[in-house]
Amino acid sequence: MLRFALNRLLQAIPVLLIVISATFLLVHSAPGGPFSADKAVPPEVIKALEAQYNLDQPLWQQYVSYLGDVLKGDFGPSFKYSGRTVNELIAAGLPATAELALYAMLVALVIGISAGVIAAMRPNSMQDYVPMSAAMLGICMPSFLLGPLLVLVFGIHLEWLPVSGWGDIPGDKIMPSITLGTGYAAYIARLSRGGMLEVLSQDYIRTARAKGLSERLIIFKHALRGGLIPVVAFLGPAFAGLLGGSFVVETIFQIPGLGRFYVQAAFNRDYTMILGMTIFFATLIILFNLLSDMLAIWLNPKLRQQQAGGNN
Amino acid sequence: MALLEVDGLKIYFHTRNGVVKAVDDVSFSVDAGETLAIVGESGSGKSVTCYSLLDLLPKPPAVIEAGTALFDGEDLFACDSVRMRQIRGNDIAVIFQDPMTSLNPFISIGEQLIEPLIYHPDKMRIKDRKTARKLAIELLDEVGIIEPEARFDCYPHEFSGGMRQRVMIAMALINKPRLLICDEPTTALDVTIQAQILELIKKLQKTRDVAVIFISHDLGVVAGIADKVMVMCDGTIREAGGTERIFYNSEDEYTKKLLAAIPEGAKLLPNRAEQDKPLVTVRNLKTYFEDYSKGSNGKQSIKAVDGVSLDLQRGEILGLVGESGSGKSTLGRSILQLAPTTSGSVTFDGTVLGDLKPKQLVPWRRRMQMIFQDPYASLNPRMTVYETLAEPLLYHGLADSNNIDQQVRQLMDDVGLAHSQMRKYPHEFSGGQRQRIAIGRAIATKPELIIADEPVSALDVTIQAQILDLILELVERHNLTMLFISHDLSVVRYISDRVMVMNKGLIVESGETEALWADPQQEYTQQLLKAIPLADPKRERLRIANG
Repeated sequence: MLRFALNRLLQAIPVLLIVISATFLLVHSAPGGPFSADKAVPPEVIKALEAQYNLDQPLWQQYVSYLGDVLKGDFGPSFKYSGRTVNELIAAGLPATAELALYAMLVALVIGISAGVIAAMRPNSMQDYVPMSAAMLGICMPSFLLGPLLVLVFGIHLEWLPVSGWGDIPGDKIMPSITLGTGYAAYIARLSRGGMLEVLSQDYIRTARAKGLSERLIIFKHALRGGLIPVVAFLGPAFAGLLGGSFVVETIFQIPGLGRFYVQAAFNRDYTMILGMTIFFATLIILFNLLSDMLAIWLNPKLRQQQAGGNN
Repeated sequence: MALLEVDGLKIYFHTRNGVVKAVDDVSFSVDAGETLAIVGESGSGKSVTCYSLLDLLPKPPAVIEAGTALFDGEDLFACDSVRMRQIRGNDIAVIFQDPMTSLNPFISIGEQLIEPLIYHPDKMRIKDRKTARKLAIELLDEVGIIEPEARFDCYPHEFSGGMRQRVMIAMALINKPRLLICDEPTTALDVTIQAQILELIKKLQKTRDVAVIFISHDLGVVAGIADKVMVMCDGTIREAGGTERIFYNSEDEYTKKLLAAIPEGAKLLPNRAEQDKPLVTVRNLKTYFEDYSKGSNGKQSIKAVDGVSLDLQRGEILGLVGESGSGKSTLGRSILQLAPTTSGSVTFDGTVLGDLKPKQLVPWRRRMQMIFQDPYASLNPRMTVYETLAEPLLYHGLADSNNIDQQVRQLMDDVGLAHSQMRKYPHEFSGGQRQRIAIGRAIATKPELIIADEPVSALDVTIQAQILDLILELVERHNLTMLFISHDLSVVRYISDRVMVMNKGLIVESGETEALWADPQQEYTQQLLKAIPLADPKRERLRIANG
């Protein structure tokens, strides 16, 4: 397993290099720059600023020195938030975003898997149609609609939950997590239904029945492990998506997370911020994909042993 | 009163395309210690009948329309789900056909084995894990698992097919059932393993005095094991009675047809091989694969074919027999350059195929074709028969848009398919018809060499007989040379001029078919030949007794 992980991490190096290069070229080729503004600024000031941030050097020199910094784990200073580094900004936004993603993931897994399993137990009955229709609705409903709807009902109308904030008032984390997690819950519900239906039609489920095991044992012990493999494979991309896609929810609920910085950076042509965030998210995506692949291997005894054999 | 009495059983499947009478008015009984064989081809309703007893049928679409099944006086069809759970595994147990798919790959063998004990529906009979483990290990030992203690925590993929079936048998017996349903328990196994498993079932039946319902399509197996036989076809009983009466004095046309379809004896057609004019010459061929199994991780290799030399004469049908994993399929594919060879040479009509680049191979591909085992998997489900048959003709430039229709029709005539079926898709055909399509595809390019890899092993016995005769006829008419790969020795004997026996990547023995059958030199060949079940109760019992 260790070898598998190392192998995959080595493969990640060229991927990251391509991501860095492509993003670097794209942001620099986009019209405008971090210091072009509506009001006229004296050319000397711009020159001085560009010199301060090395923007007056040829592009390839900027690229090489940037790569050198990234290698040291330094994403450089932010162009827009003067005096603060990209690292600091990421560190400031990450806790809220990571926490939100984690809760959203929990919501998605608990609701998604239960709905999928319940639906798969009696396919093509009401027990199947109701959760699956709800899942369809969940996939179709964008978070910028669901969020305000929840706020309207539970925040303003019923006054059960606070309408915004993060960690200030008890319960203010509930609605953002549900808003962000619903789409993923719906997708996981469909994946686990499909996986469970596939497994429940296997011969070994019939064997378990013929042995006299209860339905509960058959579902939870014999079917769930195989049935959830598609879900496990989806976990990596899902988690990365939750981290990177929280911008809308963060905006609706006024959460001081990463998403805000990312979008603002794009509008501001904050080169180092865009690059830093992109590299950071790319690394997360690679890591989470690796983790979910490792989990999938660990769940399958045959693959597990093959990988264990690799360490001998 | 018998242990199980089934009376007037009717099971219908209510599908979108109407009602299918899967089982239609079936009655039978089994006594303790007795073996009833239910014989029939696929779709005859034999498995459905037995699965209904334990409520294992998918409902919907299956509905038990009428009938009773009295087990020890209690109607199984009137049981609620709680009572049914008590009966399953405890009173009536099942051994399923395919041990490769019937065990849960995610759970260790031992855990699966003790489940009926530790989760017993009857609270009084629940065993703790330690006791259950001890019982299970004893049972594993009884069914012939070597080092049961060490194997207890292994997973199914670490067991061979025969070993898995032993585990299945142990699992079925662990709660000491009174009735054992064996659904084609040896169909997926090699002939020598089959003999061992049958012997095991018989031994266990004797020591535990259980009743056995034995479902099989193989009359040879049935002849050796059954006390009485019930022949089913299209959901109805065609004939039932004592084993010897059914085999020797059958009154039913269908039973007679079934018995006549068993390939027996030598090839009837003369040997057409031209001597010393080999079409294919194989010299010291080796095909190795990287081994990724436990503890190896690609450092060692699996020697699928380990130095094989052979000559295939023009016009000859060479039978290649061996058990699963012997390397016979890999050898066939290596000859056609469909598997990467490690060393050695394959010469086809004077040209060394290994020297050619993939593009240069194309014209040779036309001259050598393959028929695959599973006609369900080897035809493209999105292509009509017409498209399947026309594709190779157009690709190799053997037909153009003017005469393609006529050529496809000709092919369909050749393999015995009606022209009206030209625009149908594979799923609309039965297994036998599909194999006809696959054969048509193979002979479309007018090849000289055909490698047939288990072409009849997925087919019912009456269909198998038809396809074998079709192959013989086509070989004759189109002057084909054939390598016929099979695990079924009777089939190989029926069709081949010469036979090669393969084991562990090597040719163990080869010779003229009848000479080899009469006097096998190698011990492995002798074992193989001795293990073939005979569709004749007296001879079969004698064979087993001498075994």
